[in-house]
Amino acid sequence: MPRRILEEFKVEWFQLLDEAGKLDAALLPSPDLISEKTVKAFYESMVLIRAFDEKALNLQRSGRLGTYASIQGQEAIQVACAAALQQSDWLFPSFRESGLSILRGNPMKALYLYWAGDERGNLVPDGVNDFPVAIPVGTHIPHAVGAAWAAQHKKDPIAVLTTFGDGATSKGDFHEGLNFAGVFKLPIVFLCQNNQWAISVPLSRQTASKTLAQKAVAYGFKGIQVDGNDVFGVHVAVKDALDAARRGEGPTFIECLTYRLSDHTTADDASRYRSEEEVALWRKKDPLLRLRTYMEAEWAWSEAQEAALQQAVSERIAASVEDFESTDPIDPLDMFDTLFASLSPDLLAQRAAFEQRLAKRKKP
Amino acid sequence: MSKLTLIQAVNQALHHEMEKDANVVLLGEDIGRDGGVFRATDGLVERFGPSRVVDTPLSESAIVGTAIGMAAYGLRPVAEIQFMGFLYGAMEQLISHAARLRTRSRGRYTCPLVIRTPYGGGIHAPELHSESTEAFFIHTPGIKVVAPSTPAEAKGLLLSAIRDPDPVLFLEPSKIYRAIKEEVSEDEILIPLGEARLVAEGEDVTLIAWGAMLHPTLEAAARMLVKGVHADVIDLRTLSPIDSATILRSVEKTGRAVIVHEAARSCGLGAEIAAEICEKALLSLKAPVLRVTGYDTSVPLPKSENDYFPDCDQIVEAIEQVVQF
Repeated sequence: MPRRILEEFKVEWFQLLDEAGKLDAALLPSPDLISEKTVKAFYESMVLIRAFDEKALNLQRSGRLGTYASIQGQEAIQVACAAALQQSDWLFPSFRESGLSILRGNPMKALYLYWAGDERGNLVPDGVNDFPVAIPVGTHIPHAVGAAWAAQHKKDPIAVLTTFGDGATSKGDFHEGLNFAGVFKLPIVFLCQNNQWAISVPLSRQTASKTLAQKAVAYGFKGIQVDGNDVFGVHVAVKDALDAARRGEGPTFIECLTYRLSDHTTADDASRYRSEEEVALWRKKDPLLRLRTYMEAEWAWSEAQEAALQQAVSERIAASVEDFESTDPIDPLDMFDTLFASLSPDLLAQRAAFEQRLAKRKKP
Repeated sequence: MSKLTLIQAVNQALHHEMEKDANVVLLGEDIGRDGGVFRATDGLVERFGPSRVVDTPLSESAIVGTAIGMAAYGLRPVAEIQFMGFLYGAMEQLISHAARLRTRSRGRYTCPLVIRTPYGGGIHAPELHSESTEAFFIHTPGIKVVAPSTPAEAKGLLLSAIRDPDPVLFLEPSKIYRAIKEEVSEDEILIPLGEARLVAEGEDVTLIAWGAMLHPTLEAAARMLVKGVHADVIDLRTLSPIDSATILRSVEKTGRAVIVHEAARSCGLGAEIAAEICEKALLSLKAPVLRVTGYDTSVPLPKSENDYFPDCDQIVEAIEQVVQF
């Protein structure tokens, strides 16, 4: 036959907890995944990272932070990823993963420092295998692939997760990274927080394909679209994919469909390019509301419990803000100190001249 | 005439040239409905429509790469790269292709494109939003590099850049996008590329700067004037090709030169200018040529950025050093 179909593909959509807070228990691989303890921990984490974010926006407005990229609306993805990752796994985030970073063990104080423009906030604590924030879009994806490749080489039983936004899927680095991962069958999970807006450019102008998930097909592995505001669905999808990666079954691409409730960053004004109605529609799909509705129905989560949680979280945030604000100003000489393992004579001379200049300035 | 900021002058230049030449098209991220993250393209999509003011998918490499094809085909693309630090993703297109298309097609194809990008620090922005790495591009034969220092300069240089038959990287100093207002003619202003501007005249020392750094340099010159030191202040305007004639004429008169740039020191444009002076005006020199520059470190995050960039005090100190040598 001169004409025949060589390949057809299907893209799966996955959701466990629907918009009304109803769970499809038949799709649950194990009831343990959503024990009362687990679910409450998910919810507490979501409330914590939302509060962190609200405080960050607030600090920015009063001039105490620089430009900040809000995570509002995307908390379910970040909580689900943190729960699915093991401590020994590696994470390569972009710049809209503050929640995930906190839950991986990065101190909130460090995140506030970073967004305030203080280099010291970039320090990831020992034992947390996270890369620092990647400001250029999608350029960290090949690094994640390389780390997965190294883990495969060393036969380490770990997986790598890299997260990025919908805009990143237009970059060469995304395609090149996925291609390598497919060819070498690497232990990696690519997770796109598809919040449908890359600053002012809507998804429809980012790609002509029906889903982002299907882009994985071209690289020889599975892509799936998950409701990104469903913490259970994302958790199951990410956990399955990480487990498969650890078993040597190669990469997975997970597209989490969500929405950026806030501006791109505090330097942006989203009202210039998207409608109030659209935002209002997605506010109703807020992942926190959805999980709370589920807990109210399932375990009669009460106003009193909610208030107690909010109170506890506020206190934690207040303590980390106090920590952040009482940090001594950074020594500008710091800019030399992590440039190389050791400084050349010329750099040492520049550093010394800089030190003199700073000392002179301090004199009244 | 009306008083405009630098960003408004860029906007006016784009309006002007798009009215005049239907082949001029703009492409970039968030330049349409959003009007650009700095609002350089505000109002343009409303006036000229989305086929001439194109919000592209997110890919700097594809923006520059497709602009090359458009330019070769006969359009006059003006691409916006959101910040200079994001231009690195398009280096291969720029260096391997835009810069070489004329040469490697023996002149059959040309590449009259402009890449506009905000550069430099001082706006308290995140990492890679404060880059001043013009030397990468100055070092690339086949690309012209321009950096305006005032609103009127921006308009006149941008119009010339768009009409230039070869690729031009147009670096807009983001620190002074809104810091200075100046009378800018609503008519056409054309400032030829490759010609520096003598902003102040004096016989004791030559100060050379461009972009945002021109302003602390002028301030330093004013402070030295009080002490009786008179400076020639040269606004380089075009960084590649440089206007050696203007620089040499001045140094032959003053015998002293201080070059100011916010870019890192090593192999910055200051080094090239100093070499040029030493090669061609050595016997006029009364003191070593000095550079006041950023350090050879990555540009730090905002908490330390003001310490990184050269300030007026440092420029004054360098002038005193060469005058007292």
